Amino acid sequence: MIGNLDITVLQQLWWLIASVVGSLFLMLTFVQGGQTLIFTLPASEEEKSLIVNAMGRKWELTFTTLVLFGGALFAAFPLFYATSFGGAYWVWMLILFTFVLQAVSYEYRKKPNNVLGARTYEIFMFLNGSVGILLIGAAVGTFFTGSRFSLGTYNQVTWGTPYHGLEAALNYFNVAFGLFLVFLARTLGALYLVNHVNHEALVARARKASLINLALSLPFLLTVLYGLLTMPGFAVDPATGVVSLEQGKYLHNLLGMPIVLVLLLVGLVSVVWGVVATALLNKNRGIWFGGLGTVLVGLAVFSLAGYHGTAFYPSLTDLQSSLTIYNASSSKFTLTVMSYVALGVPFVLAYVAYVWRVMDSKQLTLAELTTGEDARKMY
Amino acid sequence: MGNDILMTVNWSRAQFALTAMYHWIFVPLTLGLSFLVAFFESIYVKTGDESWKKLTKFWMTLFGINFAIGVATGIIMEFQFGTNWSNYSWMVGDIFGAPLAVEGIFAFFLEATFFAVMFFGWERASKRFHLFSTWMVAIGSNLSAVWILVANGWMQNPVAMAFNPDKARFEMQNFFDVALSPTAVQKFTHTTSSSFLLASLFVMGISGLFLLQNRHKEMAKRSMVVASVLGLVSSGFAAFNGDESAFHIAHRQPMKLAAMEGLYTGTEKAPIVAMGIINPDKKPGDNLPAFKQEVIVPGMLSLLANRDPNSFVPGINDLVYGNPTRKIVGAQERIASGKIAVAELAKYKEAKKAGDQAGAQAALALFNQHKDNLGYGYLNRPEEAVPPVALTFYAFHIMVGLGTFFPIVFLCVLFCSVRGTLENHRWLSAICFACLFLGYVASQAGWVVAEVGRQPWAIEGLLPVGVASTAIAAGSVKTTFFIFLFLFTGLLIAEIGIMVKQIKIGPEA
Ligand code: HEM
Repeated sequence: MIGNLDITVLQQLWWLIASVVGSLFLMLTFVQGGQTLIFTLPASEEEKSLIVNAMGRKWELTFTTLVLFGGALFAAFPLFYATSFGGAYWVWMLILFTFVLQAVSYEYRKKPNNVLGARTYEIFMFLNGSVGILLIGAAVGTFFTGSRFSLGTYNQVTWGTPYHGLEAALNYFNVAFGLFLVFLARTLGALYLVNHVNHEALVARARKASLINLALSLPFLLTVLYGLLTMPGFAVDPATGVVSLEQGKYLHNLLGMPIVLVLLLVGLVSVVWGVVATALLNKNRGIWFGGLGTVLVGLAVFSLAGYHGTAFYPSLTDLQSSLTIYNASSSKFTLTVMSYVALGVPFVLAYVAYVWRVMDSKQLTLAELTTGEDARKMY
Repeated sequence: MGNDILMTVNWSRAQFALTAMYHWIFVPLTLGLSFLVAFFESIYVKTGDESWKKLTKFWMTLFGINFAIGVATGIIMEFQFGTNWSNYSWMVGDIFGAPLAVEGIFAFFLEATFFAVMFFGWERASKRFHLFSTWMVAIGSNLSAVWILVANGWMQNPVAMAFNPDKARFEMQNFFDVALSPTAVQKFTHTTSSSFLLASLFVMGISGLFLLQNRHKEMAKRSMVVASVLGLVSSGFAAFNGDESAFHIAHRQPMKLAAMEGLYTGTEKAPIVAMGIINPDKKPGDNLPAFKQEVIVPGMLSLLANRDPNSFVPGINDLVYGNPTRKIVGAQERIASGKIAVAELAKYKEAKKAGDQAGAQAALALFNQHKDNLGYGYLNRPEEAVPPVALTFYAFHIMVGLGTFFPIVFLCVLFCSVRGTLENHRWLSAICFACLFLGYVASQAGWVVAEVGRQPWAIEGLLPVGVASTAIAAGSVKTTFFIFLFLFTGLLIAEIGIMVKQIKIGPEA
């Protein structure tokens, strides 16, 4: 059945799937956000451990979603994978380093004889949540601001700057995008804590932190929105595939795809509601609104970049080297096979949700960390 | 410029080798120990005996410490294809990307999701659901091995694909043929069985240490029984499918087989070199002896390669310079043909761009005649098709030597366990402890055979490593190489520190 679909439909479908995975990743960065709260939010070592353990139940899910995002892009849009990872070498490498550090930090932080000391592992976590997320944001920012590269006859990438991607951090829009994601992650982290731990004082502080971090994210959000609505964008002629600069392209995309406008607005309102409910109305389930809102905002962002005749990985040096979901994709055969594979995703989501429920049905307490049966293994 | 490209390629290779070898320190233990822990916990659930639970938790703690650093070193493996091998990623992403994505969807999520239950769910989940989760982690880790080995198997034996000259890439023709190719199947069976073996040695090594120290003796003895059974069974499997692997290599990667055995001149009744010292001065095409010292078993290589002790096995010289009597086309001839393919592909592209349909068709027709040798077109000298012989040879012999020795150890341990005399034979415990390290040596040696033995190819016969890498300054790659070296070494030291401490502490009181 899937085999009968037109290749353009498959390409659009796979952009949607990649967008969903990417947006779920953004939601799950509450783990990274939580990691950046460990130096300021807790009033004692015990409270810090509560935060670390709350995040520690979920860090692998975030990590795995990132890995899946990479895998899905490789399989569906190999030219993007090759061009961006090979070209913007240093940005990706730095992002990866912070995730390498994160992966050992939970397990090793509290273990005796861990050589580097607990503090070092905490700094690793902080770096992952701050620098890692900032750079991911900057990298996503280049979907709109473009990069300096060109592709050769055989599609080999030549990068136009010796900084190999670090130059993205010099663009105000990219930086604003990155900082927005950092503060959004911190907001989500605080919301998650409120729902997940049973500790009055810490939870009260987390409620406040969610509001403060949301407020801090606003200037960056406004900068990003302003940029998006006013910047020129990279339009593709659907008939010829020729890429050209178009004033107000992303504004046109928003107006041309009203559903995306709805996603964006509902998403933002949902995040704000999550925070308001948590911080001002003392509700516990704000994270669900915050998380869902983040997914919707993510979907809107990726849709703006890839759909409606837009080049999602634009080249500033050679417009015609820009990547679109049509010229960067796998063959029809591979996209079809992968679509059948993707039918398994709901099943995966179902067991993830089931296990999440089993594990989160009771809130985490200090007692569980110190005297519970799993105490020796706690992070 | 040419020199800089070569430097980039070599630093990229060094970085890949470094990160892969580090990653492979941790993965085989994860693959095997996950199942051992699942066995232990199953016994606990079945018998309700709390001491089995304690034992399970002890090994689980070590599993967790190892797992974390396995994940840390693993993420780079996925993204490195893009960062350092971007031409490769584009040229084969259509085929290679799919297994990686499937791995993410079906394997990594199993591991990641159930891992939390396994570690923190003793009180939160029911006994049965906890056991189920432990099994899911074991199955998930081994499933992730399936897909990455499918991808690796395809690089060693590229099947079910076609070259698309317009896109300048290889495209998949049949997913099942890729997923079920004999090379992929053997990679998986040999990798998992040898990893179960390694994990068995790990459990026996630490248990042996406990016996030597007169600590936790009951736990040690129980662990050793289960581990020696699994070890014995997996030794048999590893030897069996290792032999199958070699049989397939003989047909699909004959150069690798010749390097594994240091065979320069093809012959009938080809011998296996049971032990040997390679002559370091030996080069393809010269008349020097290949070995300084050697102990051979006649006809064995022919038997291994063709299941017939009298058959002919080609040597390095036959494969480099050709052997018309045996109808072997050598690298020399293939390079000439490959150069035509490369040139015609370029002509085709140019003609297409200029709108010259007739010219494009003519170039394409000629390209198609030579396309099977496309990869050879990027080599300059036929000798470049030869992998490092000494390294491949020694690695292979170390692996097989150890693979013959381990089952003897497993047998002894099982025998003494059954007779209840394990404690009396302290020498056996000492050997078990030594084998803990030898298991890692064998396992790393295995990958050296597989990967060094297929140089210079990123994809056998189609894409040499030199063409596969990203065009980036060598200095950048050199820098990331050293960052990885320091980072991973630091983390390894921390891991060993923690591991040793946990072993000292032993199971919970
Ligand atoms: C008598 C025993 C053994 C035989 C005949 C054997 C044979 C082989 C062969 C021919 C290869 C190369 C496969 C390729 O290049 O595609 C290989 C690879 C490998 N071997 Fe062994 N081996 C044996 C024992 C062991 C042992 C004891 C271990 C480790 C504990 C081990 C671990 C590996 C690994 C990890 C690889 C790389 C993965 C692969 O290519 O399958 N082997 N072995």
